[in-house]
Amino acid sequence: MSIKLITALTAMIPMAAQARSQLNLPQGVTEISNRVYDLHMTIFYICCVIGLVVFGAMFWSMIRHRKSKGRKPATFHENVKVEILWTVVPFLILIGMAIPATSTLIAMEDTSEAELTVLVTGSQWKWHYKYFDSDVEYFSLLATQREQIENKFDKGENYLLEVDRPLVIPTDRKVRFLVTSDDVIHSWWVPDFAVKKDANPGFINEAWTKVDEPGIYRGQCAELCGKDHGFMPVVVIAKEPAEFDAWLNEQEEIARREKEEEQRLLAMSMDMDELMELGERVYLGSCAACHQGNGEGIPGVFPALKGSPMALNDMQGHIDIVVNGKSGTSMQAFGNQLSLRELAAVITYERNAWGNDTGETVQAADVNAFMNE
Amino acid sequence: MSERPTQPDNTRIVRRLLLTVVGMFAFGFALVPLYNVFCDITGFNGRFTDGQAAANTKAVDTSRTINVQFITRVNKGMPWGFEPEVHSVRVHPGETKVVNFLAKNPTGQNMVAQAIPSVAPGEASLYLNKVECFCFNQQPLAAGSDTAMPMQFYLDPEIPEHIHTVTLSYTMYDMTENAQPDALAALAQPVN
Amino acid sequence: MSTVVGEVDQHDDHHHHAPSGITRWLFTTNHKDIGSLYLWFSFIMFLVGGSMAMVIRAELFQPGLQLVDPHFFNQMTTVHGLIMVFGAVMPAFTGLANWMIPMMIGAPDMALPRMNNWSFWILPFAFAILLASLFMEGGGPAFGWTFYAPLSTTYSSDSTALFVFSVHIMGISSIMGAINVIVTIMNMRAPGMSYMKMPLFVWTWFITAFLLIAVMPVLAGAVTMVLTDKYFGTSFFDAAGGGDPVLFQHIFWFFGHPEVYIMILPSFGIISAIIPAFSRKQLFGYASMVYATAAIAGLSFLVWAHHMFTTGMPVFAELFFMYCTMLISVPTGVKVFNWVATMWRGAISFETPMLFALAFVILFTIGGFSGLMLAITPVDFQYHDTYFVVAHFHYVLVSGAIFSIMAAAYYWLPKWTGHMYDEKLAKTHFWASLISVNVLFFPMHFAGLAGMPRRIPDYSIAFADINQIVSIGGFAFGLSQLIFLWVVIKCVKGGEKAPAKPWEGAEGLEWTVPSPAPYHTFDTPPEVK
Repeated sequence: MSIKLITALTAMIPMAAQARSQLNLPQGVTEISNRVYDLHMTIFYICCVIGLVVFGAMFWSMIRHRKSKGRKPATFHENVKVEILWTVVPFLILIGMAIPATSTLIAMEDTSEAELTVLVTGSQWKWHYKYFDSDVEYFSLLATQREQIENKFDKGENYLLEVDRPLVIPTDRKVRFLVTSDDVIHSWWVPDFAVKKDANPGFINEAWTKVDEPGIYRGQCAELCGKDHGFMPVVVIAKEPAEFDAWLNEQEEIARREKEEEQRLLAMSMDMDELMELGERVYLGSCAACHQGNGEGIPGVFPALKGSPMALNDMQGHIDIVVNGKSGTSMQAFGNQLSLRELAAVITYERNAWGNDTGETVQAADVNAFMNE
Repeated sequence: MSERPTQPDNTRIVRRLLLTVVGMFAFGFALVPLYNVFCDITGFNGRFTDGQAAANTKAVDTSRTINVQFITRVNKGMPWGFEPEVHSVRVHPGETKVVNFLAKNPTGQNMVAQAIPSVAPGEASLYLNKVECFCFNQQPLAAGSDTAMPMQFYLDPEIPEHIHTVTLSYTMYDMTENAQPDALAALAQPVN
Repeated sequence: MSTVVGEVDQHDDHHHHAPSGITRWLFTTNHKDIGSLYLWFSFIMFLVGGSMAMVIRAELFQPGLQLVDPHFFNQMTTVHGLIMVFGAVMPAFTGLANWMIPMMIGAPDMALPRMNNWSFWILPFAFAILLASLFMEGGGPAFGWTFYAPLSTTYSSDSTALFVFSVHIMGISSIMGAINVIVTIMNMRAPGMSYMKMPLFVWTWFITAFLLIAVMPVLAGAVTMVLTDKYFGTSFFDAAGGGDPVLFQHIFWFFGHPEVYIMILPSFGIISAIIPAFSRKQLFGYASMVYATAAIAGLSFLVWAHHMFTTGMPVFAELFFMYCTMLISVPTGVKVFNWVATMWRGAISFETPMLFALAFVILFTIGGFSGLMLAITPVDFQYHDTYFVVAHFHYVLVSGAIFSIMAAAYYWLPKWTGHMYDEKLAKTHFWASLISVNVLFFPMHFAGLAGMPRRIPDYSIAFADINQIVSIGGFAFGLSQLIFLWVVIKCVKGGEKAPAKPWEGAEGLEWTVPSPAPYHTFDTPPEVK
């Protein structure tokens, strides 16, 4: 009777776990992630059984062998046979665990040829994706509004797990990820693929996946990478292969058109108001995380722009640091992250906001001239 | 107190323990070269000491081809342009190839750079032999000039069957502040 | 130094009566005084580190940023970890070692009493420096207690120099403490106290001391390399100069994993004293306990890279470290089985030390199970750097190490103070701690499995409920420890007079001296069997 009840109850555990629970590992959408899930559950159940036996014996002893029950203590204090037994049995259990673990690990190291390679680069605090054999590359930034984080707006369903431009990959094709970093160590993690790889600056790491189902999969950076470590999510959209190919072609086309458009815009000057308006938007999106919305930075960590000699006097230096970044600091190279217009606007903004009233404007052509000098 | 029959010398034990402490401190530092040796032997982390390899003497294995990909990156604050001429080549193990990497120094100053390689999968680094490479030395580049830097390599025919793709990445670091004398001397020559 | 022993043995002519006031504590070379100093210091650090945990849990009570900015949050997680490891758990064990080891082996004092004084008194300075760095421009260390390069080198604030300096001092203090323990155990045992007659607490500390001597210098090396990388242009961990950031992790965890056992082996000794005492039955498998401890210590040098499975290692290395790590559960299992066998057919009673010891066995074993799960490389890719790991090591360190320290404190308080503690209050402390520690740490397993990374100041709304429960558990656990403070103060001030041996089943030389233990004990060595 009670045995039946226990079997019924234990049978319910995996059922509950399958229902996309928020209390267990996701089963995921790849063959590997499913194997990992199964391995996780197997080890978990073995631990439960061992726990049941050990804690059972312990509680039995605590209930039955109490002094208040008038027990007289036994005097045995060793038994070589028993001691050998409980050294050997756990060892055998471990071998039982090691076998599926080893085979899963070897399956993960499969090096058969991939059909698509994506270079994943982490930097403080965003991801950059570059499709190999294609011109498509872009940054992927947190899309959750500042106001949601600061509790001014209600939090959306995908709070902190949404980005402006997700990575897009095809289903049913082997995709290889080369993971690296521009500054500190990050870790690229998508639970549904069971892929987590550290991004080490100066070195490339390899991972791969083959997604079975189209969908949107979300993850996060998993290695402490500084102040906004909690704010650099990973979002991957898996599309049917045909749909993916169309998407990639479209992206190439868009990239080409943007480049042409940019060259055309070089001739145009923007007035101060336009520059300031665009500049503020870019500043809040790309710069405010470190230099803060008020331009005062965080003393000792991120320098203030308000009243800084560079923002007030040294325009070439200012363009240089924004375009190329500064080695050995958190200051990134924005030259390939922002368009010429955006660069010009944000530099103008920094030179005229918060009382930095230089009155100078920087135009896209100035930035372009600097980059090609 | 004389009742304690055996009273070995404390000083001796303390001295030995202190010696162990000093030894372990040194061991911490010894881990650095040990790690490099370990990486060279195993290809751990795709690292290997970059050295010039002798030309291939083994037979070319034409039964299979391996896709060799090239990735170039510049470090933050490094304004150089740095691109491989081709993004990937297909080679037979044992076949020697030359790939050019294009570098451009768009700034108004003479600069010296060093390219740091990394290979994925790490295992493949054991079989990647560079006969000639710009990454062996620091690369000087005068203000506003550009150059094509060759890299001549072959894959050891003994490269395991399961490796189909090898990725070679170079990250370019600004070394102007820490330039070696010969790199600086090269810059002193007039460049046209 | 050999003369030091002579002086102490010759009934201590120059400081045999304790001076009073502050100088008593500043210049003391008495192992009991220094033990008390260590224990009080560690408790203060426990409260300081605990209040940082309260800041962390308050910020994580709800999604969104409410109380602190992310940079300060990172400083809190970093300094919380450093203080709890180096300021709370390790000094508490050193304090227990100072108090108990000489009394357990029938020695009049530690072998190197003046060094003992030094090893304690440099500690407050180390932590003053660390805490002061929080008030510097740019804040204190914000790179996690594991201080991975290059976050701790190129990208850290200038307080890193202070961090390095304070870790050096902590390391020197631990090494001096360890040398003292080893020399004391090797040279000061009473006649007849052979190695295999030593209580297990002495044995486990003996092995721990060797671990400390082996790995604290490696930590010193690691922080020195961080210092020179940051300030003196070396590039141990910088790819640009031919270094490798992954190398840092190898060096750190070569220290870090034995360090984990440094924080748990003495616990095994404590539990192996308490469970037999309250089961009124001799410890089961004494010899196998000693061998298991040595085996755990030995294996701890072969498993460090299981903290680094995601850094990209070749398969053979991942397999090697997985197998070695799994192997550790064999000697650990032997210990747990031995404790259960000790209880089996005993005559058990449930005074507070026993309650904490029993909770230790169960909760530490749960921490061991999650440790075993983490050892399995393919699934570790999913668990790594999530709250599952946070849950795991807090089970091992809070409901493991800290609970064993609480158990030890209750077990020996009568010996230290000469008074019985308030049993009712102590049991309140136990039950409050037991319930809240589980409310605090158990749900973290689920948060981690569901995908919540560690060391984040804000999280997806899917984790909101779990974090709220965890925070409530955290506040309750923090408050519960104030009961402990109250019990201890009450016990120091007065209470029922304690007999020399207050626990019926307790064994060992420490129970042969009166309670409270006189300032000098075993000036004449006892005869052991």
